[in-house]
Amino acid sequence: MEEKVKDTGTEEKQDYIINIGPQHPSTHGVMRLVVSLQGETVKYVEPHLGYIHRGIEKMCESLTYPQIIHLTDRMDYLSAHINNEVFCLAVEKALEIDIPDRVKVIRTLMSELTRIQSHELFWASYGMDLGGQTCFFYGLRDREMVLDIFEETTGGRMLVSYNCPGGVMYDLHPNFQKRVKEFLTHFRKVLPEYDEILTNNVIFHERTVGIGPLLREEAISYGITGPSGRASGFSCDVRKHEPYSAYDRVKFNEVLYTEGDAFHRYLARVEEMRESMNIIDQLIDNIPEGPYAVKMKPVIRLPEGEYYQRVETPRGELGVFIISDGNKTPYRVHFRTPNFANLSVLNHLVKGFKIADLISIFGSLDYVIPDIDR
Amino acid sequence: MDKIQLAEFIKSLDSDLEVKEGKQYTEVIVPPSKIHSLASQLIVKEETLFDFLACITGVDYGHDLGVIYHLRSTKHQHMLVIKSRTTDRENPQFDSVADIWETANLQEREAFDLLGIKFVNHPDLRRLFLTSSWGFPLRKDYVDNDNITS
Amino acid sequence: MLTSFGIINYLSAQSGPWWKVFYDFTSLTKNIDASLHNTMSPFWTTVTELVIVGVLFILFYAVIGLFLVYAERKVCAFIQNRLGPNRIGPYGIFQTVADLIKLLFKELIPIKNADHFLFNLAPYIVIIVNFMVLAAIPYALGVHAIDLNIGIFYVIAVSSMSVIGVLLAGWSSNSKYSLLGAMRSGAQIVSYELSVGLALATVVVLAGSMQLSVIVEGQRTGWFIFKGHIPAVIAFVIYIIAGTAETNRGPFDLAEAESELTAGYHTEYSGIKFAFFYLAEFINMFIVASIAATIFFGGWMPLHFGANNGFNRIMDFIPPVIWFFGKTFFLIWIIMLFKWTFPRLRIDQLLTLEWKYLLPINIVNLLVMAFIVLMGWHF
Repeated sequence: MEEKVKDTGTEEKQDYIINIGPQHPSTHGVMRLVVSLQGETVKYVEPHLGYIHRGIEKMCESLTYPQIIHLTDRMDYLSAHINNEVFCLAVEKALEIDIPDRVKVIRTLMSELTRIQSHELFWASYGMDLGGQTCFFYGLRDREMVLDIFEETTGGRMLVSYNCPGGVMYDLHPNFQKRVKEFLTHFRKVLPEYDEILTNNVIFHERTVGIGPLLREEAISYGITGPSGRASGFSCDVRKHEPYSAYDRVKFNEVLYTEGDAFHRYLARVEEMRESMNIIDQLIDNIPEGPYAVKMKPVIRLPEGEYYQRVETPRGELGVFIISDGNKTPYRVHFRTPNFANLSVLNHLVKGFKIADLISIFGSLDYVIPDIDR
Repeated sequence: MDKIQLAEFIKSLDSDLEVKEGKQYTEVIVPPSKIHSLASQLIVKEETLFDFLACITGVDYGHDLGVIYHLRSTKHQHMLVIKSRTTDRENPQFDSVADIWETANLQEREAFDLLGIKFVNHPDLRRLFLTSSWGFPLRKDYVDNDNITS
Repeated sequence: MLTSFGIINYLSAQSGPWWKVFYDFTSLTKNIDASLHNTMSPFWTTVTELVIVGVLFILFYAVIGLFLVYAERKVCAFIQNRLGPNRIGPYGIFQTVADLIKLLFKELIPIKNADHFLFNLAPYIVIIVNFMVLAAIPYALGVHAIDLNIGIFYVIAVSSMSVIGVLLAGWSSNSKYSLLGAMRSGAQIVSYELSVGLALATVVVLAGSMQLSVIVEGQRTGWFIFKGHIPAVIAFVIYIIAGTAETNRGPFDLAEAESELTAGYHTEYSGIKFAFFYLAEFINMFIVASIAATIFFGGWMPLHFGANNGFNRIMDFIPPVIWFFGKTFFLIWIIMLFKWTFPRLRIDQLLTLEWKYLLPINIVNLLVMAFIVLMGWHF
């Protein structure tokens, strides 16, 4: 990444530049933040990217469509299933094939489980960033149950690659329903514990309430989607506005707040976990019978044209844009990743706050760095 | 507004523009120098109100270089695609819309980094992921015999 | 050899069973003193006794330090739903010894352009201060190294000197991060000194003396936390909060846990010098807990309610040493729980807590306690 050559301001002598280096427990990945301080207050923050840039978009131009699914996993690894889903939906939309009901319900269930485990990891790491290190272990303990469910059905814990164009790769494991119900009962008991430890904690309130407020117009202009945007009042849930898979037949609330500070971004994610549990409740007992995949041609070729599909990941709106020229590999694939858009607002939010608040704001925006760099 | 009404409205803004029906969304083809004026109208006009820029995609069409904007309106929930091309591969210049949508700042930097597309009036056009001496990987004529095998 | 001579002398002259010594160490110490006087001149006796006490304290420091580091790791693990060290030795009790050996082998990295004398002096100051305070605490009946008549005053005054060690460490490291961290730690310690002092002063008002042995004796009919009811409980709560903050622990460890950004004052220290700072932090915690145990919970005095009843005699059954260490370790356990439960406070929130909340409450509490003592409204 190119360094900034020009000045940042007139008081160069008092500028105190520190580095929150690529390896760091709080940056959730490899990213370098160059922070310019005046005393305790942050003047500007500049993220330096590229440490985990793997050239996924370039690679996609030489891989076939089923092969690209495995690359999408590795962008935002905490929402691996949903990343797979967006690509499969785009391909299926282009080929205009009808997906069986069973596939839709399976995909929705897996997506909601992914959402729960991603928000749990957010809870765990946010608590740890702020100093309550026990939260990390409690959050991960419960997340293990979800990962075990994934492993039983798909073989992979975090990077699942379960979707494929036309359906899913294998049918659900016979234990799936039972395990998911066990998990829901356990998690419903445990969630009030989470509230006691962090949400109702005075010290946590001191560190997050009023920190990094984001207005609705700014959220729209900066393209902040997901719980970060919804905490500012920006109604952007793709599951509501453009329902895909089985979201048109489930009832759930879109979690909206207006204050837009770090605390409400945190709260939005915790509430979303509850909403996800409601969605799973509505679907888990009525998984329709039927085929788990549609028979596709051995070589998938998309008709010429451009296709754009978007889904709701735990971090925001993920969009995939495929330009196809009729070959078996796409001409150009572009991923509109939520974290990349969410990153642009960091400098704006942190200006004027103390350096300890930088960690708080950074954690509340919930970045996953490989998604930014692709 | 549905696709047809939207197409007509945009045509009425500027009759030089080429508006057509894509498979999914309305598409507008704009010359590179007119992007900014069209965008600044689209965001304020009541009928369109495109306040959300979903993404900016840089494309290498082989002979041309192009940029594709996906816009959405949070109020009307309609979507628009703006396309623009230039044949100048040495010094492709497009209008920057970073002053209209703040998210364009990073997106345009990415297009510059990976494809070499320059944006006029961008507040801070630097490379984002790669170092300054790297080529432009997403171009179709990018050659890297060390790292890319055919 | 002379000491063992004294012990054998004592034991052979003992009229009761051998374990009676644990209830009252005074006879043992008097015997050793007498046997030393018999064999050497008074000057050499004093020297020998000083050496013996010094060695005992160093051993005590080391053993308590090792034990506390292990205990912290186990307590932390149990809160976090995992096991903690369990490989080295049964239940992992030799884990700290292994860590210590590792630290001893580490390279002591010398800093260019750092003030070498001060750099090397800083850890020793912190340790010496700890020793000076440890010497003043009554551990059991008859085990009290320095029984000054200004006991509490001495403790507060001496423990304030640890700030010098912190600031020296930060300054002499010649690094802006260390200096920042040291300044922050220093500001925090100095602020919370006030609360600690006032909370202790509250109990001094109730006890009527600053001498620690008199304070412990005064709790023979009941611990001060029960005798002083409301003001004593408030003083205890404030003391525990301020004591945790003073040792840079728990939710108040921004200065050193901000090793995310500006590392604490002991960044540039490696190997055994870092071990000194680390150990000093744990012993500080022990000191805070033991002073609280002495002042509020009676030190080595068993739990008594009233005077001369059967309940007291049952409580007396447990040796005072066990009482003292039991109370201290219970309070240490509580302080450890703080660290692993709460998120961290920001530095300005920390200082606001002290100056705007704890200090006024403390002052009012002191007045209330004085009023209560004057009116005799205590047990």
